[in-house]
Amino acid sequence: MEFQKSSKILDGEGIKRSLQRIAHEILEKNQGIENVVVIGIKSRGAHLAERIAENMGKIENSEVPVGALDITMYRDDLTEVAEQPVVHATEIDFDITGKKIILVDDVLYTGRTVRCALDELIDFGRPANIQLAVLVDRGHRELPIRPDFVGKNIPTAKEASVEVRLKETDDTEEVVVLA
Amino acid sequence: MTKKKQIPWEKKNLLGIEELSEEEIQLILDHAVGFKEILGRPIPKVPTLRGKTIVNLFCEPSTRTRSSFELAAKRLSADTLNVATASSSFAKGESLKDTAKNIEAMKIDMIIMRHACAGAPLFLSKNVDASVINAGDGSHEHPTQALLDVFTVREKLGKVSGLKVSIIGDIAHSRVARSNIWALTKMGASVTVCGPKTLLPAEIEKMGIKATSSLREAVEGADVLNVLRIQFERQKKAFFPSLREYVREFGIKADVLEKYAKKDIVIMHPGPINRGVELSQEVADGPYSVILDQVTNGVAVRMAILFLLGHARGKGGLKSRKNGKK
Repeated sequence: MEFQKSSKILDGEGIKRSLQRIAHEILEKNQGIENVVVIGIKSRGAHLAERIAENMGKIENSEVPVGALDITMYRDDLTEVAEQPVVHATEIDFDITGKKIILVDDVLYTGRTVRCALDELIDFGRPANIQLAVLVDRGHRELPIRPDFVGKNIPTAKEASVEVRLKETDDTEEVVVLA
Repeated sequence: MTKKKQIPWEKKNLLGIEELSEEEIQLILDHAVGFKEILGRPIPKVPTLRGKTIVNLFCEPSTRTRSSFELAAKRLSADTLNVATASSSFAKGESLKDTAKNIEAMKIDMIIMRHACAGAPLFLSKNVDASVINAGDGSHEHPTQALLDVFTVREKLGKVSGLKVSIIGDIAHSRVARSNIWALTKMGASVTVCGPKTLLPAEIEKMGIKATSSLREAVEGADVLNVLRIQFERQKKAFFPSLREYVREFGIKADVLEKYAKKDIVIMHPGPINRGVELSQEVADGPYSVILDQVTNGVAVRMAILFLLGHARGKGGLKSRKNGKK
């Protein structure tokens, strides 16, 4: 195995502040939380979605519905991925028709994951609109998709990989680039 | 969201429960949870197996299993083709191998097979490149039924390990019983089979289970009763003196449950029910019955199996075949 250089881009505090800012930006753009729901892409996007929704709820003294999306079934690379994907359940226990959906993921890269998520969301109903929030945008899009809310833009080489580690899944809080 | 490392699915075919490990059974059940959620969506269809073609080759009558497989395949966006014996070339005397080879020449990916002869799916799997799923072969195995039964038990009672499950009825002719015994014992349940002596195979205890001809013994303390259908079509001679006597001795009726059963007992039946024979009307439609849940779960479990076989990593998996020399 090759030696990998790892550099930390965000620490726990940095992640917290980014999510706080994103929550404010969402509220600003949507003028409050009316009809706004937050849906994260499993698994790390789902954790981020919960945090963003909590932040928004605190600011507005209300509750924002949160859902989690498992996109495995909609992937276009199921036959190519190296590891066999694990199927989880999608958890959206509210009607999305007419809602403004904030779609949350950890890293935005090629845009293919977001494409899957959009396809899946549309199968659940007809939302008023869908906005995209990501913690990290690392560039290299392969589809015409752009984020509405970004925690941090990180220009990366295509060979590099960006890892978001959250305490829910990885016992630590940081964003690192492995190059 | 658990970080539990899952084992990859490597088998090309699903021929029986006997050949599965406990981990593989768990893998199927865990996946089925996700697929059950899909069935509850406004549009219960995902594009996962788009472009794959699945053939239902049923050489024995079936409503539930065939429609369940067909629906599972359609929910995953696969194309399905039904071949029923009566209207196919079997009737003209074509051999099983020839029929299969011909269907395969039409570029298909999976064959789901039901056959009156034990071992027919195994024979088929040795002769075709497509994945083969056993949908019931003679009195041998019916793996998907056992998996959906175990899934239903796990869903209703939260676990399988440590439970007492009694299988009641015609054990000798039942592929459902055999597959269930394998699945339940692998998962750590303790199994009792109950029926008239003539319908209990000799030395069945060697599968690691108890056998009894006393219904009371089977019902007392049991968490789950899996009541089997009396298979009149497989019984070429009389195995019990009269139907009335069978109903009296082994039929599950409200008074039997009242006298011997636990309060929260779960009653299953693989269908189709002979109402008034193995299950009385009131029990079949009663509060303990999960028979219709079994049917719903059947679609979810079969989706999980089609998904896993469709994306198997093993040598025989669709992936390697596509990229390989063929």
